[in-house]
Amino acid sequence: MLNEQINMSLKTYITRLSFIAFLLVSFLSLPNNALAQASELPTSEEAIANGEKLFKNNCAVCHQVQQKMIGPALKNVYERRELPWLLNFVKNSQKVIQGGDEYAVNLYNEYGKAVMPSFDYFADEEIKNILGYVKYQTENPPQEATADAGGAATEAGSGGGGGIPSEYLTLIIVGFVIVLILILVVLVLIVTVLTKFINQKEDIDERDKEFVNQKLNLNKLVRSNGFLFFVILIFTAVVAKTVIDGLYTVGVQQGYQPTQPIAFSHEIHAGQFEIECQYCHTGVMISKSANIPSANICMNCHTAIKTESKEIAKIYEAIDYDPETGEYGDNIKPIEWVRVHNLPDLAYFNHSQHVNVGEIECQTCHGPIEEMAVVKQWSTLTMGWCINCHRETKVNAKGNAYYDDLVKAHDGGDLKVVDIGGLECAKCHY
Amino acid sequence: MSDQKTYWKGTEQLTNDPSFVKNAEKEFPEYLPINENKESNGSTSRRDFLKMMGFGVAAASLAACEAPVRKAIPYLNKPVDVDPGIPNYYASTYSEGGDYASIVVKTREGRPIKIEGNKNSSITQGGVNAQVEASVLSLYDQERLRGPLKEGKNTDWNTIDKEVTEQLQAISAEGGQIRIVSNTIYSPSTLKAIQQMADKYGNTEHVMYDAVSQHGMLEANDQMFGIKALPAYDFSKANTIVSFNADFLGTWFSPIEHTKQYSKTRKVSSEDKTMSRHYQFEANLSLTGSNADYRTPVKPSQEGLVVAALYNEVAKMTGNAPINTNKVEVANITNAAKDLVSNKGKSLVVAGSNDTDIQLLVNGINSMLNNYGTTIDLNQYSNARKGDDAAFINFVKEANAGNIKAVIFYNANPVYDTGMGEELKSALGKVSLSVSTSDRNDETAHLVKYVAPDHHFLESWNDAEPKKGQLSLAQPTISPLFKTRQAQDTFLTWTGNKQEYYNFLRKNWEDNHFSGQEPTFDIFWDKTLYNGVFTYNVESSDVSAQSVDLSATANRINKNYKPNNTGLEVAFYQKVSMGTGHHANNPWLQELPDPISKATWDNYATISQKMANDLGIKIFEGKTSLIKLTINGQSMEVPALVQPGQANDTIGLALGYGRKMAGKVANGVGFDVYPFLTQLNGTRSYVLTSGVSVDGTAGSYQLAQTQTHQTFMGRETIIQEALLEDYKKKGWERDFQPHIATSKGKVKPSKLTLWNGHKYNNHHWGLAIDLNSCTGCAACTIACQSENNIPVVGKEEVVMRRDMQWMRVDRYYSSDASPDDTNGLEKAAENPEVTFQPMMCQHCNNAPCETVCPVAATTHSSEGLNQMTYNRCVGTRYCANNCPYKVRRFNWFKYHDNTKFDKNLSMNNDLGKMVLNPDVTVRSRGVMEKCSMCVQRIQAGKLKAKKEKRPLEDKDVNTACASACPSDAIMFGDLNNQDSAISKYLKLEESNSEPIKEVNEERAYHVLEELRVAPNVWYMTKIRNKDKVNTKA
Repeated sequence: MLNEQINMSLKTYITRLSFIAFLLVSFLSLPNNALAQASELPTSEEAIANGEKLFKNNCAVCHQVQQKMIGPALKNVYERRELPWLLNFVKNSQKVIQGGDEYAVNLYNEYGKAVMPSFDYFADEEIKNILGYVKYQTENPPQEATADAGGAATEAGSGGGGGIPSEYLTLIIVGFVIVLILILVVLVLIVTVLTKFINQKEDIDERDKEFVNQKLNLNKLVRSNGFLFFVILIFTAVVAKTVIDGLYTVGVQQGYQPTQPIAFSHEIHAGQFEIECQYCHTGVMISKSANIPSANICMNCHTAIKTESKEIAKIYEAIDYDPETGEYGDNIKPIEWVRVHNLPDLAYFNHSQHVNVGEIECQTCHGPIEEMAVVKQWSTLTMGWCINCHRETKVNAKGNAYYDDLVKAHDGGDLKVVDIGGLECAKCHY
Repeated sequence: MSDQKTYWKGTEQLTNDPSFVKNAEKEFPEYLPINENKESNGSTSRRDFLKMMGFGVAAASLAACEAPVRKAIPYLNKPVDVDPGIPNYYASTYSEGGDYASIVVKTREGRPIKIEGNKNSSITQGGVNAQVEASVLSLYDQERLRGPLKEGKNTDWNTIDKEVTEQLQAISAEGGQIRIVSNTIYSPSTLKAIQQMADKYGNTEHVMYDAVSQHGMLEANDQMFGIKALPAYDFSKANTIVSFNADFLGTWFSPIEHTKQYSKTRKVSSEDKTMSRHYQFEANLSLTGSNADYRTPVKPSQEGLVVAALYNEVAKMTGNAPINTNKVEVANITNAAKDLVSNKGKSLVVAGSNDTDIQLLVNGINSMLNNYGTTIDLNQYSNARKGDDAAFINFVKEANAGNIKAVIFYNANPVYDTGMGEELKSALGKVSLSVSTSDRNDETAHLVKYVAPDHHFLESWNDAEPKKGQLSLAQPTISPLFKTRQAQDTFLTWTGNKQEYYNFLRKNWEDNHFSGQEPTFDIFWDKTLYNGVFTYNVESSDVSAQSVDLSATANRINKNYKPNNTGLEVAFYQKVSMGTGHHANNPWLQELPDPISKATWDNYATISQKMANDLGIKIFEGKTSLIKLTINGQSMEVPALVQPGQANDTIGLALGYGRKMAGKVANGVGFDVYPFLTQLNGTRSYVLTSGVSVDGTAGSYQLAQTQTHQTFMGRETIIQEALLEDYKKKGWERDFQPHIATSKGKVKPSKLTLWNGHKYNNHHWGLAIDLNSCTGCAACTIACQSENNIPVVGKEEVVMRRDMQWMRVDRYYSSDASPDDTNGLEKAAENPEVTFQPMMCQHCNNAPCETVCPVAATTHSSEGLNQMTYNRCVGTRYCANNCPYKVRRFNWFKYHDNTKFDKNLSMNNDLGKMVLNPDVTVRSRGVMEKCSMCVQRIQAGKLKAKKEKRPLEDKDVNTACASACPSDAIMFGDLNNQDSAISKYLKLEESNSEPIKEVNEERAYHVLEELRVAPNVWYMTKIRNKDKVNTKA
């Protein structure tokens, strides 16, 4: 779910361009299309978007378009095999392999006899959509697009303070200081010149002269009431500000980045391999807790991938798995992850309400998780932060009959979470 | 009529005791023993202040440093059907000493946390009672045995299996007698497993007994119909119900089923203004008696003659031969007979007595009324009580004679609950092999050689056949917590059967109940398990009464009962909360106020007002006197409780208390009266008609009553009631309808408000409570306690009026005498009318609590809820002071992780904490709390609807109290939804989005309507099916 909206809008743009390009190319290269099915694959935006969704939810765990994972890279797969073969293989790969298809058997052996689950519930059209997406990806390698999307997500995640970015602010301040120093220098010069000028004049009396020539008595100044008052005022203000700021951060663990028992990297899994968040965090659409994945989910891939890694070995140890023999023992011990996001017990938060019903991106609260090698708490998770979002966020009421009455009551205006009681105590505290 | 009526909560209010009046205005008594442990006078010294401040600074700076590292430990291999955060529900069965409920167990992350009723069951129909609701806490009882014991020391199962099997074989080889002693068992598979064991060893008998026996009824049915079973009653078909001492709504067999049936006959509406009429003749004021239209206090010594009198009246009217018994003068017999006869075939007479003769007469009356086949079914008879007193007495005799070589107590505690503890103790010394399967080292288990502890029922597989033809399954909802073993598995092991009980059970079902209903047995099994219940057809044959010579019965009745006994008498009873005492270590039940006496954590002698006057006993705020009670030469000092409605010269004593070895919570609470039980005609008798005396008082005693707490000061807008015949009249209106005079004439209080009013755009939650069908059973209180993590505070704190239950059931006595007529009231106090009123936060639209909170910790939601925010509350208690309903509860102490509240089992150890509902905060010291209308359930229901992208429906949300209620007296729903059941029930005006709803249901009213707080909880006027003449008499 890598910031799909931004991703999609970019993609739509690119798709439109490439669609035209593709039409041209395909028109020109028509005679070269040796295999018939390439033209059978859908090319409409809609189909490709649908294919992308299906691909990400079902295939992306083991396959990538550009590179090998658990299964082969799917680049040009529609050219390598014929469409009926592909359909059969996707629907029930074991059947094809057991049928003795040479290519399939070789493939099976090459990839360590990892069984591809059967997707017999897919309609032909859906598989074609996936292949359409694969084709689209093959022809438009998406490097730049992903990088951009990532960047966009970062900015969106940081909550967009509004106005001037901080580096500009520093520049402006430095500029101000320089200007002030210049003014000071000019003023001192003026004073010096004036003093000289007055001293040269002879028709002024002693008292005035004394006044003009008086030396700055630092000692006296320091002891003056005005100065003391000023110093104490500043001191008190600074202390008060520090204390108040300090108090506001009590219990706020923004940036909390504990070392985890296993060096799991979201950067690799969510960033590089674009594995759907839900694939591991199974509870996020259905439950209040997103769930830290159980080891059996890790083992879906890591029976085959990176089996030699020291970190993966920790998983094997926890579940007492022997990668040599592929057998499980009884000596299991739980993996004690350090909890990063700690809401107080008195606050009730439900992931499914936000992710499923509200269709909020994970990154909205968790930040650019796909760039984090070690997870840290991105947001403050304070009540003010929650409330602020509830004030600003529109209710995802479209197509949800539950909200019909509320939308009606608001005369079709913007329905923010605050308008449906999103700031009420008993929405989160009970 | 009603405006003449006075309601009072206790005798001190009735007599307007000056100190009561003084205290009634205050919510808490003046004495606040916060600093009672300090030796000093309680004031804080300078040193203390510095110490506290130093600690405060240190604590604050420590807290600021860093939050503790919290671990998150996921499953290693997540079970496919368990998702953290999502509850799973499993259908199962509660069976305990013959009590039955088909239940649905809510589990979170594999822990059972709440029990709900199973609506699929034709017996309990989704209802539960307090004991069933509370049983989930017993699962996490620390007193449960962790593993098997041999002579009081820990051992392992192999040792036990080996040694017990060897000894059983040796005994069997010698031809020694073996006995298996249990309470009523109606699980066909368990009985089969026991039978297999009996077959293997020979000379083995299974002795069933019940702590509160119905042997007399079994005998009577056997003699008359040849069926040794309890009949299945159908109260819902009865227009006239007469009960002699049968507390069928509270503690008699199958109370949930009977409450469901009974409540159907008590529901009235403007479309159907009919209801049953209920006569009750009893000694103690029982839950059932308090719901009766006509109740007559009867001394235990008269009971047989009263039943005979009704028999003769009915016989006279139906043209049957009367029996010759002594005459007795009690009220309402003739009227009862008239009503019965005019509802022939649609009436029901029941008796709770264990005397076979009384049951024979009752059968005779029902026969004359043609009730067999309509309200009484002997084909699909009940298995709820099968205990045979004679067999048990015989067993003790034989054991004492040294004729029994081995005895296995299967989940029974006869040393405590038979009244034959002493005999049994000495007999056990003469038995060479004694085994108990008790879950704890109780009074019986600590006397036996081997304890082979059984699982809790929530950890076990089982089946049950509480009624012939109606089966249900029990399945484990958690892996066994300890190294216990299911007793049936133990029996199978000792029989040498290697099969697991689960497979044994399945085999049994496959052989007996699977007849190709589904393609395979597995599918059939899964479906049955899912539904929880299974019914098969029972051939109905005409049950005809065999002629029984009732003259012999009449003679025995003349001998055993007297019309005018002069001495004191005792009637033993069970409390709705405590029952036979099996659940005594459950603090929820200990602290549940008795529905009638409103006393917690105790048993006591209930005495009549007259007797109290004679003895000079005054009860004030639970402070009473101990009386010197002598029963059969044994004297003891017991607290007296003045109970309106108690038959004069009769003392009521509750069974189930005075446990010695049940555990920390139960031990030493109250006193044990089982040893006083006697026998009559070979069955155990639960009354004493001679040998009882009281010799004055002996010092004072403090009972923990919630009775006079939070009194409404007798304001008449609290309870509204009417007579059925008035209600039937066209254009009937409630008696009390306050109006407020304005410049535009008189208006309803709800029409007049200072506030702008809230806006409820989407939902508007409300409750409707039917006072007519509420029986006062308090299942809702425990359901609420279980759902909302409500702590148990202990007796001392209840005395201090710091009980925490969010939901209480107020019990009001009433009479027709005018408030000034003290004598009249006192006369009425002999036998008052009773009304129950469940009371919880009324979620007022103009809530007085909200306006006085200085920190806005209690606010109003856009769905009509009065929200309480614990983390914002600073504990000023202004809200509680300003609440007219007194439903707010203050956390005076930290009740969790506090050794001083170690009886609060659910919050003070890791085991007990497993029962907590993870969706509800455990409140800390210094904050106010109250009914939230189960807001966590509302939120969950809304989320479900949102996920499915559809409007919310009734089925999505229900409060814990409403779903538990066995009489469906509480209805919850969305008042903004015109299709919701509650909108229809209250007859809300259509398309009304106003926050303060106009209700067209004529019975609906608000408590304290004139205060204009506009609650979201409506009460339905209570209707009494009484004749007008009688009430004026």
